[in-house]
Amino acid sequence: MTNTASETARSPRGTGARRSFIQALSSWQLYVMALPTMALLFVFSYWPMFGAVLAFKRYRVRDGILGSAWMNPLLRNFQALGSADARQAIRNTLFLNFMFIIVGTAFALTLALMFNEVRHKTYKKITQSLSFLPYFISTVVIGIFASGMLNYENGSINGMLAALGREKIGFFMEAQYWPLILLIVTIWKGAGYSSVVYLATIAGVDAELYEAAKIDGASRWGEMWHISLPMLRPTVIVLTLLAIGRIMNADFGLFYNVTQDMPTLYSTTDVIDTHVYRLLRKRGDIGISTAVGLFQSTISFVLVLISNYAARKIDDSAALF
Amino acid sequence: MTASAPNTPSVDRSAGIKRGFSAGSFFIYLFVGAFAMMCLYPFALVIAGSFTTKAYSTLHGFTLWPGTDGLTLAAYQSLFVNMTFIVNGYKVTLFTTVFGTMLSLFTNSMMGFVLSRKHLKGRRVINFYVLFTMLFSGGMVPWYIICIRYLGWMVDTIWALIIPMLAGPWNIFLFRNYFNSVPDALYESARIDGAGDFRIYSSIYLRVSAPVLATVTLFTALGFWNDWWLGLMLIKDHTELYPLQMLLRNIISNLQFLQTMESSAQVQMMMASIPSDSVRMALVIVTTGPILLLYPFVQRYFVKGIMVGAVKG
Repeated sequence: MTNTASETARSPRGTGARRSFIQALSSWQLYVMALPTMALLFVFSYWPMFGAVLAFKRYRVRDGILGSAWMNPLLRNFQALGSADARQAIRNTLFLNFMFIIVGTAFALTLALMFNEVRHKTYKKITQSLSFLPYFISTVVIGIFASGMLNYENGSINGMLAALGREKIGFFMEAQYWPLILLIVTIWKGAGYSSVVYLATIAGVDAELYEAAKIDGASRWGEMWHISLPMLRPTVIVLTLLAIGRIMNADFGLFYNVTQDMPTLYSTTDVIDTHVYRLLRKRGDIGISTAVGLFQSTISFVLVLISNYAARKIDDSAALF
Repeated sequence: MTASAPNTPSVDRSAGIKRGFSAGSFFIYLFVGAFAMMCLYPFALVIAGSFTTKAYSTLHGFTLWPGTDGLTLAAYQSLFVNMTFIVNGYKVTLFTTVFGTMLSLFTNSMMGFVLSRKHLKGRRVINFYVLFTMLFSGGMVPWYIICIRYLGWMVDTIWALIIPMLAGPWNIFLFRNYFNSVPDALYESARIDGAGDFRIYSSIYLRVSAPVLATVTLFTALGFWNDWWLGLMLIKDHTELYPLQMLLRNIISNLQFLQTMESSAQVQMMMASIPSDSVRMALVIVTTGPILLLYPFVQRYFVKGIMVGAVKG
């Protein structure tokens, strides 16, 4: 549509509609090439979107999704959102994600600024490689790492406490420690990764700026504070906004595997995703679990749209779409 | 001044050294080093733990060095006795990783190519079709119901571990963005020579996109290797189809299950026969080892991947 001039030059005959039909026909291979992925996305993304009508139904395997009867009243499954468990899961999700965003961003930013100041090349390379090694590990393995440290019987931390003559802590029995533990795990897993994004931004800063600052007698900390940090601001804001867009979603694997799904820890660690999973697999309540999930993805959808809109306002190239 | 601009980074670096190794530098090196050690610590702990005797760990807890008396190969020996289930898990995971990654690269790069053809009718619609799946989801439960109720042929087969993970919008956009940067002249001239779109995609565009292929391969393969979710949800009776991560998970669940039960003689016997923490750690080493061995060679693609990933989808 945008290059009508060149298209008319190529095919002087024919009217608009016919021409575009012929054009579409000539690229039939492209449509065929798009088919496999479109089919996959239909089955595993779009079909479940339609399947979410189960939130308004009483699902029976025999009747299938379409055939199952409607709930009466229609929104009855959504009443489960008011239950103590659901409210706790929503609260935990928001609180933990909020904490992860604030502390995680601050930490990753600090780490990036520090990496940027390390001049010894080998030291920088080794420490940086180690810092994103955790990103390569499955959450199941992270769960075993956590258990190796926090276990009551033989965890390394309890071993140290015992050696110091202090009392052991039953981490898997005491919920109050877990916001901190999960924060540490999240930083451990993701800070190295995020710092690379920030480092890439710093690397894009015009070296002349630093040169000029040096001539003006700026110290290393001055350079960090007055050049690197302001330059990172748009990136930080955009990444934070995008993270806020996902604030209703938790990393299921992390919460499920690191807490070992211990009921004693639910009061601080149960998030919407683990709550939905349990409603489905333990209680087998299809209607209610779909309703809670639909509530989550609807809020998420709105938040993603808003945060993306805001991100685009700040940096046109950084928005998701 | 403008002429020296390209060299400024190196000038900057030497100027930094001239400033001397101040207290500030020391703090920076310490901070960065401490974080690196913190990242490494659990790995070291698990490696040491897999060689630690039960007597030592119950007395002192797991440590980085259990002393020569606390060392044992028992955990690995007991894994060796149960070789068949590990070999089985390896077969499953290797198959899903290799075959799944290949299929996923093929379908997603094709889609990326299609979306990079600016004159294609309906391109915007297809683009939105892909993008929307990143913005909204029906949730885990309808997904599960559809897999179980309507795609029953897939459940309890190896395909359940591959097919649901094939389409990746993020990867599609990585490919699209890369293909967008390929000069159009390449496409036009091939078209004039009479090549079809698939031909142009397979013998021109794929050939010039080694960097993005490497990055997406790495992330996709990692995703398949580390996956346990599909095994948990879609492998019900045929546990011989459990991937490695699922074997690891299951060992944890079994231990938990037994811990919550009353201690009867029967349970005691079962406890003796199931793997202890050290065996679990040895299994971590056996299943995560390949990633750790490959890590030094692949991590530069990883860094590149994060940087292209920072570009919009």
